[in-house]
Amino acid sequence: MRRHVPAPPRATWLVAGALASTLALAACGGSTGGPATSDASSTLPSASLDAKADLSKQSLVVDNWKDYMPADLPANFEKAVGPKVTVSYHATNEEIMAKLTAGTDSGIDVAFVSGPFAQALAAQGLLEPIHPDLVPNLSNLYPEASKLTYDIGNVYSVPYSWGTTGLCYRSDLVKTAPTSWNDLLSPAADVKGKTTMLATDRWLMLPAQKLLGYSANTVDPAELDKVKSTLTATKPTLLAYDDTTFYDRLVSGEAVMVEAWDGWCNYGIAKNPKIKFVVPKEGSDLWADTMVILKTSKNKEAAHAFINYVLDAKVQSWVVENILYKVPNKPAMDAVAAKLAESYPNLGITPTELLKGEGLVDLGAGAPLYSKIVTEVTAS
Amino acid sequence: MTAGPIAPGRGAARRRALVERTALLGPGLLYLLAFMAIPIALILVYTIFTRGRFGGVVFTPTLDNFTRALDPIYTAVLGSSLAIAGITTTIALLLGYPTAYAIAMLPKRWRTVALILVVLPFWTNFLIRTYAWIVLLNSEGVVNQALVGAGLIDRPLELLYTRGAVVAGLVYAYLPLMILPVYASIERLDPQLREAAANLGAGRARTFFDVTLPLTLPGVITGALFVFVPSLGNFIVPELLGGGKTVMVGNVIRDQFLKARDWPFGAVLALAVIVFLVVLFVLQSWASRRVSTGGRDA
Repeated sequence: MRRHVPAPPRATWLVAGALASTLALAACGGSTGGPATSDASSTLPSASLDAKADLSKQSLVVDNWKDYMPADLPANFEKAVGPKVTVSYHATNEEIMAKLTAGTDSGIDVAFVSGPFAQALAAQGLLEPIHPDLVPNLSNLYPEASKLTYDIGNVYSVPYSWGTTGLCYRSDLVKTAPTSWNDLLSPAADVKGKTTMLATDRWLMLPAQKLLGYSANTVDPAELDKVKSTLTATKPTLLAYDDTTFYDRLVSGEAVMVEAWDGWCNYGIAKNPKIKFVVPKEGSDLWADTMVILKTSKNKEAAHAFINYVLDAKVQSWVVENILYKVPNKPAMDAVAAKLAESYPNLGITPTELLKGEGLVDLGAGAPLYSKIVTEVTAS
Repeated sequence: MTAGPIAPGRGAARRRALVERTALLGPGLLYLLAFMAIPIALILVYTIFTRGRFGGVVFTPTLDNFTRALDPIYTAVLGSSLAIAGITTTIALLLGYPTAYAIAMLPKRWRTVALILVVLPFWTNFLIRTYAWIVLLNSEGVVNQALVGAGLIDRPLELLYTRGAVVAGLVYAYLPLMILPVYASIERLDPQLREAAANLGAGRARTFFDVTLPLTLPGVITGALFVFVPSLGNFIVPELLGGGKTVMVGNVIRDQFLKARDWPFGAVLALAVIVFLVVLFVLQSWASRRVSTGGRDA
């Protein structure tokens, strides 16, 4: 199996860093929450599209993260369906958001963005609602895939991959396997100084929020105060805050337990099968990366055809096999996940289990509060 | 300037000089204007507006960003950044001055070799060199394995992810920027001045402190500034060698733009650093002038 590792982290830190804050940053606080969903559908008159349009006369520009879909996908799509596809790349959600919200036609037809960012785009009226009749492969999606809080019912986005956050640890180097966020936040003597936490605001806060029984989206000052003091107490026990190389640290043994995104823990497991992943009993988050069609696209029929093509079980199973992420696509998961889950058990997490995770929503005016707490914790 | 009738032809010459100067300065000035003045102007503008929900700015004027920047946590981060940059500069000076002095005393052809060696690290990407430090210093790293292997210590030392590691990384990164200007000023120094001091009975120490050091101070000040400024703004070294546990002002600014999507607040913090550095540059040029004129025109 080809192994997708986001980037050789030691050599190209920036690329890996970018990936950290994007790919896996799926659920990051872009925007979310019910209201924007209804906004989107009410303020976006959907174009009338011709299901019989001659697709070979259309062409597409697709913007995605590097290495996030099969390299031969554009060529195969052109052969099978007709439209020529040009792929452009972004390293972070912020980068693609800047392109798409600049006020002029970006020339991009289809973009891959994390869920909350899709919602942000929809709330600004920039997205074409998905026409389900043009995407028959939507039937491949699990029913749970239409319950993602940033876009309930997949009105203007189609999920591409999804996952959660938990503890990734060396089963041979910890005395007791972790089961709770407390095992990270108040580490036992044998793991003290050998743990890392994610550095990005929302995930740095997540363990303490969940341990204390709060929402991962809380902006209650009293709750945030407790979160802050919990995290401040944890800081001296940490090896580092790390978004990019935590799985390598597990492989080298420099760290024995790290807070990790499920897919990234798999990159460690690929190098050392003694590495395990667990979602702590207090619960965690749910993130998703999505495909959206821009309102400015002049090739909307082709864009729908492209999304339909990506939802093909073969393409989606490539994602599972190569990126080691879960996909919300039932036939794709049925085809490969069971076998892969022998080596990478977190690929066996079911949609029902995933949906227990809390979707991170945009904090609006509360966001600066989080970044301030993170500064206070890390600078303490 | 002498007042008087301008001879014919002098105006033309002056015009020609003006054209020449414009032609020479033009491209550089344009470049600076486009890529420095405009971004700084943007930062200035952003500071008085409101954070956009999805990044960017909403053009509702506010002074909130400034009051938030006065919060003790941010002044504390700025303070500790200044301290780290200051310590870095001091160590770089203590290491760099003797090195520069030694290079200046070398026979001419060896000087070139030595100078090339000083700048040699710049040929390799900064990130890769910083990662080399991680390979060296981490608990499973080369240094710790060697020490444990040699039986000198029982368990690995905590070398990485400390403030000390951050300072070490910054000194390593910017030491050449101290050595080069100091070398230039020592090399320019007329050797006869030292001989004269010796002839007048000054010992080696006295010659150094009364003649060499004061005359090379402009180089020292320049070098100190070259090290201090990028150290203050650096966010990669604290992140990689500090393990995110040491926060410098550069990290906070970067996070406002890339993570918190709070551009106006990031702009205020950036502005604070810019103002601080401008003051520093003014002080530097004043000090250099004072030093080079022996304080007579002050």
